[in-house]
Amino acid sequence: MSTTLTPPPKKVNRIGLEIANYKGAKTTLCAGCGHNAISERIIECFYELGVQPWNVAKFSGIGCSSKSPAYFLGLSHGFNGVHGRMPSIATGAMLANRTLLGVGATGDGDTASIGLGQFMHLLRRNLPFIYIIEDNGVYGLTKGQFSATADMGSKLKTGVINDLPPFDCCALALQCGATFVARSFSGDKKQLQTILKTAIAHNGLSVIDVISPCTTFNDHEGSTKSYSYIKEHDELLNEIDFVPFYDDISVEIAEGEVKEVEMHDGSKLRIKKLGRDYDPTSKFDALKAIDEAGKKGEVLTGVFYVDTGKPNFMDLLNIDEAPLATLPESKIRPPREVLDHAMEELR
Amino acid sequence: MSTIEVSPASPRSGEFQQPVVNDFSIQVATINGSGSQTANSVLMRAIFQMGVPVSGKNMFPSNIQGLPTWFTIRSSKYGYTARKKEIDFLVAMNPETAREDVMKLDRGAAVVYDEPLKLDALRSDLHFYPVPFDKLVGPVCPEAKLRKLVRNMIYDGIVAYILSIDMEEIHRALFKQFGKKKAKAAELNWGACQAGFDYAAKTFKKSDPYRVERMNATAGKIIIDGNAAAALGCVFAGATVVIWYPITPSSSLVESMIGYLKRFRIDKDTGKATYAVVQAEDELSAIGMVLGAGWAGARSVTSTAGPGISLMAEFVGLGYYAEIPAVIFDVQRVGPSTGLPTRTAQGDIISTALLSHGDTKHPLLLPCSPEECFTMAIEAFDLAEQFQTPVFVMTDLDLGMNNWMAEPFEYPTKPLNRGKVLTAEDLERLGGFARYKDLDGDGVGYRTLPGTHHPQAAYFTRGSGHNEKAQYTEREDDYVHNMDRLAHKFNVLRAHVPPPVVDDNPKAEIGFVAFGTSHYAAQESRDQLKSEFGIETSYLRLRAYPFTPELLDFIRRHKRIYVIEQNRDEQMLGLMRLEFDAGDIAKLRSITAVCRSMRGL
Repeated sequence: MSTTLTPPPKKVNRIGLEIANYKGAKTTLCAGCGHNAISERIIECFYELGVQPWNVAKFSGIGCSSKSPAYFLGLSHGFNGVHGRMPSIATGAMLANRTLLGVGATGDGDTASIGLGQFMHLLRRNLPFIYIIEDNGVYGLTKGQFSATADMGSKLKTGVINDLPPFDCCALALQCGATFVARSFSGDKKQLQTILKTAIAHNGLSVIDVISPCTTFNDHEGSTKSYSYIKEHDELLNEIDFVPFYDDISVEIAEGEVKEVEMHDGSKLRIKKLGRDYDPTSKFDALKAIDEAGKKGEVLTGVFYVDTGKPNFMDLLNIDEAPLATLPESKIRPPREVLDHAMEELR
Repeated sequence: MSTIEVSPASPRSGEFQQPVVNDFSIQVATINGSGSQTANSVLMRAIFQMGVPVSGKNMFPSNIQGLPTWFTIRSSKYGYTARKKEIDFLVAMNPETAREDVMKLDRGAAVVYDEPLKLDALRSDLHFYPVPFDKLVGPVCPEAKLRKLVRNMIYDGIVAYILSIDMEEIHRALFKQFGKKKAKAAELNWGACQAGFDYAAKTFKKSDPYRVERMNATAGKIIIDGNAAAALGCVFAGATVVIWYPITPSSSLVESMIGYLKRFRIDKDTGKATYAVVQAEDELSAIGMVLGAGWAGARSVTSTAGPGISLMAEFVGLGYYAEIPAVIFDVQRVGPSTGLPTRTAQGDIISTALLSHGDTKHPLLLPCSPEECFTMAIEAFDLAEQFQTPVFVMTDLDLGMNNWMAEPFEYPTKPLNRGKVLTAEDLERLGGFARYKDLDGDGVGYRTLPGTHHPQAAYFTRGSGHNEKAQYTEREDDYVHNMDRLAHKFNVLRAHVPPPVVDDNPKAEIGFVAFGTSHYAAQESRDQLKSEFGIETSYLRLRAYPFTPELLDFIRRHKRIYVIEQNRDEQMLGLMRLEFDAGDIAKLRSITAVCRSMRGL
């Protein structure tokens, strides 16, 4: 008697792809680096939501964080640009093909120092794009200098104390026009997943500041971006849940406790208040909460702000629904009569 | 600006001057912000409409209001369009400069001036025509605040009378300038022209020798500035992503383009734009967006000037190394640093050809006319996509911002060359690809665009070391192989750039090499050398870098070569020095160096 062993059916998502289709090359970052956890969450979220990987374009600047797009979504085109200038490359690419889902993974050096100008103008344009800051308060690739998100009083391995105030990338994002703003911690799997999924569903600029400790240069006693410091000081602003548009499961939570935000694709973000009275559609509430938490030495995480109604950059430019990149010649070169007419005007 | 000294045909005397027909220059000296541009354009166009070749050069300050500006119209029956150094007919409207402007004139020149300036007291060897502009403007322009602008139109009428320019042509040019929408403003200005004409007819007895007579040398031609011509070229090249940061003298290139795009590139069925124009926050961002768009497959372009080129250096190196198409217009102005933003130059040649750190080289296209601004814009996009690299179009302020006579542009006959782009079907057939593998021997790999629906489509673009498969590498053989391929690609590209225009004279021992707007003074100088000194010359006008074999052949056929360019450091000649052998280089002389030694420097 012989039996045929059939392998168990492979697990696939709603478009028939396995999670392996969402992975990238093997990471070359340090063991325990927070960025690797972020890459894992990205892989899971794109897989779970059934995003077509070849419809995604990945972008980054320069630094440890900017290496990470090589380690997720290997079936997506990627562009590792120059230091601090990822926003401009991404903007150009998205203009060329507005059907792409753009995701940028970059660092605090890119975002808050060399590329601060590009970051702020990206915010202003509300480009449909996911901007992830893998924020460790330190320059890893050049071996441990402070970045502009390092907290006052935080200590380097060498004993140097930071005496300049940090930029809060979420506060900047709120003030400059981002329409989905959140902070998370690379170690908080559930919260980061929910935030990432919401960003995927959002039709505007999402800024996600993920505190992502650097195990090699900024994980010691005295650092305010170490694993232990963040774990001790992580203060949840709200409890969040994401219901994808294709999911008809309804969760019953008593009215008044939960604010439900419908995203562009019909997905829902459910936000449950925790303690404080907080409106996630109010920039003022968000800035106030960030400021208060900062004064108490807390690292406030959660969804700060969401606005699904503001027109995005593509709408403002009124550009063709089809990718500009591949419009046929007949659409982008006007006919002979047009040139003849233009010449006639100049005679 | 290439400027020419024209020796007078016959010596001038105060008593009698031979009539000078269609061969003189008119200079209008005004204060910027006074609205003189319209009056000057109308004057130039009216002469053009009379069939007489004209060129107009605006010498203006980097300022919005209150500083001196000079507009020079040269009419030349021979068709010469370089700026002529001698001024024959001055319209002195600026009290600040009037005295100096008059003192600089050669004897026998004519001067129309604002009467209270009393310029006739300065010299006795000129023809003076005093005009009470303030008295004349009152009755034709009741609204006091418009008088400053309308006042200038009066001199169009005065000059028309003195130079016999047909008032009907002034009328036609004026109404063309204002367009149908501003008919009321045109009427007001026309009134001022007429008042000027009537005053001159009633008051002046013509004593100067200058006159415009109808010819037939401009039939069918258009008048356009190089920036607008380049803009049209981009529109007909199918540019889809246009990014800019305002900078003199390039701003009007994109501003013109926006105008044309709005008219010609909105899809009639959907009402949607088949383009995106973005004013970036700086030139770093402008070139970043252009490269992002080029990477994603759009025909993307930006326009800038020297300071912008300097800022773009890092990104352009990425474009070279990661092999991304981009088109960049450099409308050159005088540097270094901020320099003289409203003066023309050809001073970005070396810095642009070799822009960025490491070993980088970029093709430069060198238009000399509006026609070439149009055709080279189209060629630049084709080259950029065919060779997957940034391509620069080097114009300058003179070409970009001044009005030029030109032949009407011809509709492009070649279809767009979108280069080697693999589709999902190609990938299915091939079973994959290696981004930087030289399959065809031309150094150019095949690329895919993001959004290509195929599991084999993706690759990772980076400015760090990469191998044929676009994977990260620090291996020396990968690095050397890649850099050698890039050098080979640049060599192959050589055969695809516009070749020089060569005028070979078998009797000539010396040859001139020029490019861009240096062409006009070079041509006229050659004619002068022949007619006044009997010296025969050959001429080669460069139209691109890298150099094509025609240049070396030309150098070898002649005993001595003079390179004419508008910069201090012999930049184009410097690029030749990098490529050619010592024997060939020894024949090269720079006109700037010759002039310097003549000045004892």
